[in-house]
Amino acid sequence: MPAYINSIGNISPQHSLDNNLFLEEVVDHYGSHLTCKEPNYRDFIAGANLRRMSRVIKMGVSAAKICLEEAQIDNPDAIIVGTGLGCMEDTDKFLSAIYESNEEIISPTQFIQSTHNSVASQIAIMLGCNNYNFTYVHRGFSFESALFDALLQFEEDESVKNILLGGIDEITPNYLSITGRLRQWKPNEYSQLSLLANHLRGSLPGEGAAFFMLGSEQAQHTYAQLQAVGMRYKPADESEITQYITGFLASQDLAIQDIDLVLLGLNGNTELDKVYYRVRDLLFKHNHLGYFKHLCGEYKTATAFGMWLAAQILHKQRVPEAVKLEPFQAKNINNILIYNNYSNINHSLLLLKNV
Amino acid sequence: MGMVSAIGFDVPQALHALRHCQTGIGPIRFLQTRHRGTLPAAEVKASDYELATLLGLDDIRDYSRTALLGIMAAREAAAHARLHEHPYLRTGIVSATSVGGIDKSEVFFGEFLKDQARGGDLHYMVSHDCGDSTERIADDLGIKDFVSTISTACSSAANAIMLGARLIKAGMLDRVLVGGSDAITRYTLNGFNSLRIVDENWCRPFDQNRNGLNLGEAAAYLVLESARAVEESRKTPLAELSGFGNANDAYHQTASSPDGAGALRAMQLALHQSGLTTSHIDYINAHGTATPNNDLSEGQALKNLFKDYLPRFSSTKSYTGHTLAAAGSVEAVISVLSLQHGIIIPNLNFKDPIAELEIAPVVAFEEGIALRSILSNSFGFGGNCSAMIFSSC
Amino acid sequence: METLITDLKTQIIEHLNLEGVSPGDIDADEPLFGSELGLDSIDALEIIVMLERIYGLKIKSQEEGKKVFYSVRTLAEFISENKGLGVV
Repeated sequence: MPAYINSIGNISPQHSLDNNLFLEEVVDHYGSHLTCKEPNYRDFIAGANLRRMSRVIKMGVSAAKICLEEAQIDNPDAIIVGTGLGCMEDTDKFLSAIYESNEEIISPTQFIQSTHNSVASQIAIMLGCNNYNFTYVHRGFSFESALFDALLQFEEDESVKNILLGGIDEITPNYLSITGRLRQWKPNEYSQLSLLANHLRGSLPGEGAAFFMLGSEQAQHTYAQLQAVGMRYKPADESEITQYITGFLASQDLAIQDIDLVLLGLNGNTELDKVYYRVRDLLFKHNHLGYFKHLCGEYKTATAFGMWLAAQILHKQRVPEAVKLEPFQAKNINNILIYNNYSNINHSLLLLKNV
Repeated sequence: MGMVSAIGFDVPQALHALRHCQTGIGPIRFLQTRHRGTLPAAEVKASDYELATLLGLDDIRDYSRTALLGIMAAREAAAHARLHEHPYLRTGIVSATSVGGIDKSEVFFGEFLKDQARGGDLHYMVSHDCGDSTERIADDLGIKDFVSTISTACSSAANAIMLGARLIKAGMLDRVLVGGSDAITRYTLNGFNSLRIVDENWCRPFDQNRNGLNLGEAAAYLVLESARAVEESRKTPLAELSGFGNANDAYHQTASSPDGAGALRAMQLALHQSGLTTSHIDYINAHGTATPNNDLSEGQALKNLFKDYLPRFSSTKSYTGHTLAAAGSVEAVISVLSLQHGIIIPNLNFKDPIAELEIAPVVAFEEGIALRSILSNSFGFGGNCSAMIFSSC
Repeated sequence: METLITDLKTQIIEHLNLEGVSPGDIDADEPLFGSELGLDSIDALEIIVMLERIYGLKIKSQEEGKKVFYSVRTLAEFISENKGLGVV
């Protein structure tokens, strides 16, 4: 069942805290990775609660708080979080402490905070919310699984009205160092808005915490409608992908030409981006195309940023220039399809509609 | 069903151990840790290399122990359910893990801390994330139609089972492999030890003098099938998952609320969904970690729900240790075995009831009992509470 | 003793990351737990770690912990009584 995106809280490498703004000013992080424009966390979290929180927990809880406040809801019917890697900073610290102390005297705090469900549970504790609480941790399906679960709940149970849902992942120094050694990222410093023009090996690491209040009914602030979510694991080739996409759209009574904007998960990795370009050539030759990972970077829940982008485009009926893959003028944007794949393993589709 | 745990490499071995009240908890033999010799644990009795040999895998440098255990249990479950016979049925996997590939990351980290630029074998980091073991299991069995991973601390596998059931119910899949895998690691052993909730002796669930948990490791999977799939394959189901509930205690990051509000809510939701009343529950496989906090809180929630008619209950963690993200599916397998064979597995090491509760678990093996429905609880850090009800078919 | 008490207050604030709290805000004789400081069971574990790291002292049992952790003064008394004895 479709759901309405009734509020948003997005902490990202862009100025996305204020939902009234929308990429009027695009942040170009010159360097080799993107990190979030962080708010003053004290504005969102009481000091006593802040003291044990690592950065990703602060980001997640603050983004959730912004979302809850905009929706004016303090007891959602479910809290669902997707995260590819969870709380890495706490994991790093606890692992280091095991070595440094030779397993003797170790503070428990980082261990407690490092569990993958930390953000979802901190939100529940903060709100005193006893309802459904779930955390998905499956690579490029983490955020998608959360969405899938939410849509299923609206279908299963009429009494479920509002679901708070988010995607979170953080960059830490050790993460950059280890994935850098695995040659996942472009090694040089460059203007990241020109990500696709940089042909060095690898992609651009990023991070973010984006939360959404999904509702079974439209609300005052509704941004857009989330129509459907699709996941395809390890498709054999491009033809399986294109068949999957056309089948997915057909199940929503849509054809390729009905899609007013396709947002591709292009991430600058020339090898992996070939898949997107082939799919474009096979399916989307006549569609308007956009991309977003030069704005948020690549991470396992980057589609949460993509969903923010699509919802804002539909709501404001404006496609920011920086998002366009090629120049175009778009009018009456009704359907946006996000097509993403994580390492050509986890292929996913998000379909959003104007309301 | 498939299960590898401290009490055996497969379900028949586990059943044998349970029938004979043999615990899998003992001195640490395989994990490289300073706590060897002082803290007991419930290890699967094989090294990574031995597991790989049993599985017929050659190069396991980028396989976490979580993945090895997972593949072993998943293969048993798939064979038991004869998944290969009907390849056209839509089949998915929902797996749970909390440690993922930390066992390998912690080996890597020792070298990495000394030399960030070159230290540590990068093969060990490929399997770090939680999705890795799920995808290795999916690929091993050729499962493609739905692949996801859940991590809600010690309630993870119960939640994986629930999601699987919902996917079947919604008609999105015909069959789904559900469960969880968690290897024992220095990370979790030191983590729970830093919380001072690891007993130096065998754990004593629901005992007045209980002094913490014993850490375990396991993988356990069940195959859930739709009525249509069961009909087509002419199989006799082992049991029915008749109800489940998920709630959050919303009290504290590690401690359960004194009245077990989240636990109570999860159990009530499960009962409501199953359409059963408390009088239909013949046995409870409790979460029963043997920490002072959990058992008191869970016991209180049980008393609040069942009032004066508390059914037989026990914690089988006194056999398998606390297998964290796998605990929900380990105990689901044990619950189904209880239904199938009409047996109740007693709680080990129990002497005196908790003074505040005055409730006592089953302490002697019972068989020949017609069990209708079993309630299985799984709770985790962050207040994640889940309950499931398994009923005989 | 008073120096030790001041030291302890500072160490507790630092170790527990009690932002916005100054040593003057903690009354040495008031209960540490269940007070305005909002300390919980995890903080108790952290104070145990702090005692081991800084003073090399171990708490033997929960009952002892309850007495020792009552206030900053009882904590200071415990330290001065046992310091130099190593593990108690």
